[in-house]
Parts: sequence; C-alpha cells; structure tokens
Amino acid sequence: MSALYSLLTVLVLILLAYFGVAAAHLGVLFGTVIPFAAIAVFLAGLAYRVVKWANTPVPFRIPSTCGQQKSLPWIKQGRLESPSSTLGVMGRMALEVLLFRSLFRNTKAELRDGPRLVYGENKWLWLGALAFHWTFLVIFLRHLRFFMEPVPRLVNLLADVDGFFQVGAPVLYVTDLVILAALLYLLFRRLRDPQIRYLSLFTDYFALFLLLGLAGSGVLMRYFTRADIVAIKELAIGLVTFSPVIPKEVGPLFFVHLFLLCVLLAYFPFSKLMHAPGVFLSPTRNLANNNRMKRHVNPWDYPVKVHTYAEWEEEFHDKIKAAGLPLDRE
Amino acid sequence: MAEKQPKPEDLAQVDYRPPKKGWMDPHVDFRKGTYCYSALAKNIEYLGMPNPRDWQPFDADWKLPPNWKQIILDGMKDRLEKYRSFRLFMDICVRCGACADKCHFYVGSGDPKNMPVLRAELIRSVYRRYFTPAGKAFGALAGGRELTEDVIKEWFYYFYQCTECRRCSVFCPYGIDQAEITMIGRELLNLLGLNINWVIEPAANCFRTGNHLGIQPHGFADSIGFAVDELEEITGVRVEAPINRKGAEVLFVTPSADYFGTPHYYTLLGYLQLFHEIGLDYTWSAFAGEGGNFGLFTSHEMIKRLNNKIYAEAKRLGVKWIIGGECGHMWRVIHQYMDTMNGPANFLEVPKSPITGTVFENAKSTKMVHITEFTSDLIRNGKLKLDPTRNDHWNVTFHDSCNPARAMGLFEEPRYVIKNTCRNFHEMPENTIREQTFCCGSGAGLGTDENFEMRMRGGLPRANAVKHVHETKGVNVLSCICAIDKANLSTLMEYWVPGVEVAGIHEFVGNALVMKGEKERTTDLRGTPLRGKEAAHA
Repeated sequence: MSALYSLLTVLVLILLAYFGVAAAHLGVLFGTVIPFAAIAVFLAGLAYRVVKWANTPVPFRIPSTCGQQKSLPWIKQGRLESPSSTLGVMGRMALEVLLFRSLFRNTKAELRDGPRLVYGENKWLWLGALAFHWTFLVIFLRHLRFFMEPVPRLVNLLADVDGFFQVGAPVLYVTDLVILAALLYLLFRRLRDPQIRYLSLFTDYFALFLLLGLAGSGVLMRYFTRADIVAIKELAIGLVTFSPVIPKEVGPLFFVHLFLLCVLLAYFPFSKLMHAPGVFLSPTRNLANNNRMKRHVNPWDYPVKVHTYAEWEEEFHDKIKAAGLPLDRE
Repeated sequence: MAEKQPKPEDLAQVDYRPPKKGWMDPHVDFRKGTYCYSALAKNIEYLGMPNPRDWQPFDADWKLPPNWKQIILDGMKDRLEKYRSFRLFMDICVRCGACADKCHFYVGSGDPKNMPVLRAELIRSVYRRYFTPAGKAFGALAGGRELTEDVIKEWFYYFYQCTECRRCSVFCPYGIDQAEITMIGRELLNLLGLNINWVIEPAANCFRTGNHLGIQPHGFADSIGFAVDELEEITGVRVEAPINRKGAEVLFVTPSADYFGTPHYYTLLGYLQLFHEIGLDYTWSAFAGEGGNFGLFTSHEMIKRLNNKIYAEAKRLGVKWIIGGECGHMWRVIHQYMDTMNGPANFLEVPKSPITGTVFENAKSTKMVHITEFTSDLIRNGKLKLDPTRNDHWNVTFHDSCNPARAMGLFEEPRYVIKNTCRNFHEMPENTIREQTFCCGSGAGLGTDENFEMRMRGGLPRANAVKHVHETKGVNVLSCICAIDKANLSTLMEYWVPGVEVAGIHEFVGNALVMKGEKERTTDLRGTPLRGKEAAHA
C-alpha cells in the first residue's frame, strides 16, 4: 500500500509540473522560484542537520572492530578493519564511502531441515547500491556541461567515456541504463522480499520513485523527445548566474525533470537520504580502535554515586577479619 | 527450569513469514519462555533507581508513574543531545535490511521485530513522531508512531531480546549499532523502573559486595582457598593466592563466575597455576572481585558506578598495573569505557610483563591487559613449559565472544594460546567466527531460566556452527573467553549439540602447564583421566 501511495504521490508531482507549465503557463514558478527555493532549503537544511550532529558530543569511543586489534608486535593488525591510527581510519572510511565495504559482507542466512543453517553469498544489494550511487555521481558531473561555458575538459572526457560504446544518436550513456536498472532492482527487491516489504515505509518507496522519475524524465528528453539543449542550457546558466530566463523553446517535460530534482533537493535534509553525510560521522566507523592507548574524554562526564572501599570494609569488617584478610582500619 | 521445555525439533521449525498486521501495531503477547521476570523492588531501591514496585511483564497494569510519557520524551531529548551515536542512528537508517538475518534472535525466532532494523524502528518511530518536523507534520506517513503504554511494553519485550552483540553493526553500511540503541532504550525503560531481575540483582550485589552473586569477603576467600587445595590434589603443587594484598605489582580482576561457576572454575585453576609458575607478584581483591559489569545492560551511569571499584582498588593497593581475566562484556567496558569513565589512571604504570619485559603499548593509557595478551606473550617468549598432549582428549573449536571480537578486536591472542596448548583445533565456518561471530543467545543479562525458549532460539546459529564441526571434525569442546558464554553455551550445547563440552582457554593452559615440582599428572583439571593414563588413574 505504501508503495502505491508513493507512486501516486510522484505521479501527482509529475502532472503538477507538466500541466503547471503546459496548461497554466507557470514557467517562472517552476523554472525560477521553485529551483531557488529548493536549493535554499537543501543547503540550509543540510547545514543545519550536519551542524546539529557535529555539535552532539561523542562521549565514548565505540568503534565496531572488524579485524585484529593492534596489540603485541608479532600479531598482525587489521589496519583497515580495526584501525588504530588516523590514517587507518581514513582508509576504513574511504572503503566504506567509496566501495560500501560493510555492505559487501552481506550474506543470506537460510534455515534448512536438520536444522542446518547455511549462509549464501548475497552481493546483489551491494552491487545495486554501488551501481546506483556511482552512476548518479557520474550523471551529476556530466550535467555540469549545462551550467558551465566553456564546458571543462574533464566533464567532456567523462561524457566521452560514458558514451564509449557509441551506440545510437544521441550517443547512449551507459550510466543512463545502469541507473535505471539499479533503481528498478532496488525497488523490485523491496517489493519482492517479504521481510523488506514488511518493514518498508512510504518514505522508502517515495525516494525510489522520485529518483526513477528524475532519471526516467531525463532519459525521455535525451533519447526520445530530443529536448532543445541550447534552450535548456540558457535556462540553467541563467539560474546559476542569478539572472533567470525562461526560453519558450523549453518543453514541459524539462520542467517535470527540474521539478522532481527540486523536490529531491528540498526533501533531502528531512529524510533518510541524510545517510550520505551521516556515514562520515558514524562513531562505530570513524573512530580509531586505540582505546587503551589513548584516553577518550567525555565532555559531559559527571560524578556518580559509588560504593567505596571504606564503606565496604565497614559493612563486612568482622567477616574480613575472620577470613584473615588485611584491613585498612583494625 | 520448572517450565516444560520445548523440544529442539519443534524450535527448529521457524516461520519467517511476517504477520498480517503491520509492525506499527505495538501489541506484544508475553508468552512464557520468551521474556525475563521483572526486577525486584529491593534491588532497584538499593541502587537508588526510580519507581521500585512489584510487577511482572504479564500483568496488565505495569504501575508506571503518572507522568511516564513525559519522562520518556524528556529522557529521549536528553540522550539525543548527549550521544551523537543515538541521534545519528535515529536519523540515517535507510531500511535496506542488510542487518535483518544477521541477528541470532531473528534467525532463531523469525519474529520480524527481531530484525535489528525493526527493533530500532520501534524507538525510531517515536523519535520521528515527537522530534522531527516531518513526523510531527505527517505522522504515520513519515514513519511516526504515537508513544503509548503498549509501545513501552513492546520496547521492554524487544530490548530484552537483544544481547547487544553488535553483529548487525558489522554489516550495516553506516555502522548503525543496535547495541547502542538497545542500551539507550534500556536506559529509558529504567527511568520508569522497568528492568529485569537477572540484570539488576547482580548489579545491586556487585555494588554492595563486589561480585554478582553477593558473596561476602569470607566466602570469596573460601572459594579461592578451596581452589588452591584442589589444585594441590591434582598437581601436587601448593600455590599462593593472596587477597587484598597491598604492594603487589599486579591486581588480577576476573568475572566472579570463575570462582563460583562450572566450567568457569577450571579456568580459575588455570590462572592460579600460571601465576604461581611464573612467580607473578600479584593479588586478588575481594572488593574489586568482579570483572563483569551489568551496568552495561542497565545504563551508562551504572557502568561507571560499578566499574569505579577497579581503579579505586588498584590505587588503594598500590599496584602498578592490572590484568583482566576471561570475560566478554567486561572487556567491552574495560576497553571502550573504563578509561573515559573512571580514568585517567595516572597512578598506575604502563604495563610491563615482569617475566618477558614486554611493554604492553596497546594498554599504555588504560593500564589493563587481557589475560590472553599476557599469556600469549609468555608463550611467544618461551617462558612456559607446555605439554599439549595433556589436552589430547580435547578436540577444540573456539567461539569468539561478541565483545572481545567486535568491541576490541581480540582474535589472534586466544587462538595462539589454544594452538600452543592443544593439538587438535578446528575453526567453525568462516561467517560464524571472528567479527562475524554469533552470540551465545544469552548475553546482556538474558541468561535466565524463564527465558529458556528465547535463549535456545537465539543460540541456534552458534550451536549450528558447533554442530557442523562436531559432526565433520569430531570437535568435542567449545572454548571461549567469556563467563556468560561458559554458563550459557553449556546449556546451549546440551540442548542443540549433546556431546560437546565448554571450556575456558586457561583451562587448557592449566592442563598443559608443566609445573616445577608437580607430581605425575594422570587427570586433567576436571578429574578426567588423561589419554594414555587411564590405567594409572584407575
């Protein structure tokens, strides 16, 4: 049900933008006002959330150790899985952020008759997630050609590599295929697996449908409706130079694409999509396992009620004496 | 174990189909065998914690204070501001489900709320409803949920169905640690006086007497004295075991189960032999007579209150540094909390083995060394005369205890000791050991008889891996370095894998250690005849 509601919500958003421009001629609203507002919300919201996390103390050093600790010199330490230095932590974080190290460990447990528990390889989630995030990054970078004049050589190079197979005209970008496949897989997985379906919320599907809508509208424009790229670039440059223009050659489909992006941006700081900045601050990953080497200070530490030796000796004085153990006070 | 126990073949039929009703419905059926009894009022009172009263989880009325809702919401707000972990883990989960089948309780019970992601959602949904703009505005649509008494009951049920083992945090792409969420969840429940007796009674005992069972100083001295006598019978060597002795070089702290539980007791004999043989200048303490810390299962404040004794006693006795015995959660506290909470220990010296001269750089601030670090260093430097054939009747596998594994990274040291004291050693399958080790199913204070069914369910993945090496390699002993393990794995083996014993690592050390002036050994520390010595023993 929540999947259906999410789909409907995204469809409504699409229709809103399409007819908002095509029928109600709200090009200025969708092409100028909303994008500026969305970026403002995104930046302010993101900053607010990250600053709030950063300002929340880390009272204890609690890394999850996934490898051998640094101990005796002849025992080989797991430098990346149980880092004891800042450099090691950076390595661990790089593996986590760039390659999704932890997700790569994923297995599938299955209980068979016997009982016999078996653990199968299960790398699909890792692959799907990695494929989605990397292609999203490449596509984002490719889009810089709409915002910059002249287009930086690196951006052109990236586009050339992406279009390496030279199929079709305009050339097919591999990332366009991959991102759609990855998103569809992530959606399919959520719907197919009874456990994942059971725990999924409206917001989980919403993010997926929103991204599918965004990618789908982009693909439609590039390969099927052949949007007027010159006009779109004019609009895009207008936005980033704070001198907005709405060229009339820009079709309503583009406004759908832009609007979904705006919704994504504005939604981002209020949603689970905050996992992107959040992972950098995760205390089980970004702290060194050097606990016994270097004292960690809790900024809000406070004195607590303890039971002292003197109180203990007083209560058990006679018994301590009878057992022949030494006393502080005879 | 008065209740009728379910049969293993019945428990092994796990239904993984999620129920018809959605997870936001908080109603819990407190079925016998799947929960622990409430904390007794006298224990809560002794520790000065709120709302002591008589109640049980199966009662309709839990006698919550009238302003319970405000207490919880204030408590959440306070902790959201104090713990980045808590705030972040409330915010960033994407519900990918990678953690789902990593939890032993989920694997063994099929209850979807035992998937770490959903167990966290139980509290996250309340967080969203009361602390986020989206949740305040859109409620259930944004994943928010009203805080009701049923939700509190549900928290109680599921936060005491989590052993804080951290296995899920290894698999989570953002390192979200359910142990952290459970710890905070339990702290919140404690604000309403909701705890279980199996946690709070040991905590109260420990606070008062210095150990979980409430053994008083003379009882402590008797236990150690008894062990010294028994050791003399087995080995012919009389060892010294000083208690509360000022001026010793080392203070030794171990879980109290080592001197009152079986098979822990054989590990204790091993320590006594080892320290005697190397001539370590050390002392026991009856005041800091407990390494375990059930504060870890109660609240951060209680960790600090109970842990305080170790440094205080080290200071009073004037020792130079501390060795800690075989215990799991104790070592999470020592490694990740003690220095921060009760340090800096600048009255102690950087630990240096008086036998080998090795400086334990990895413990230079906390000044406490794990016994397997200490012993493996002795073996490496050839300071122990070992006869591994005296463990030939054992075919060994090793269970990595959750906390030394995932909150410390202690993997090689115990293995090195085992391989030098035993000749038959086989690892369990790769994804059930080291950082992927499975909990015994009874950690974090859940090892009570009334919780039997849930413990056996939670222990299924561990037991199954043991069964595999039992059947394919003939393994007959499951070794471990955790007192809770030693107690619970024994029950677990009896239930799922009969024919496998449980032992501590220093029991093997004790068996293999050739002592100066010892008599001919015909039995191991358990009194079992050694291989080839059956006739001599008879």
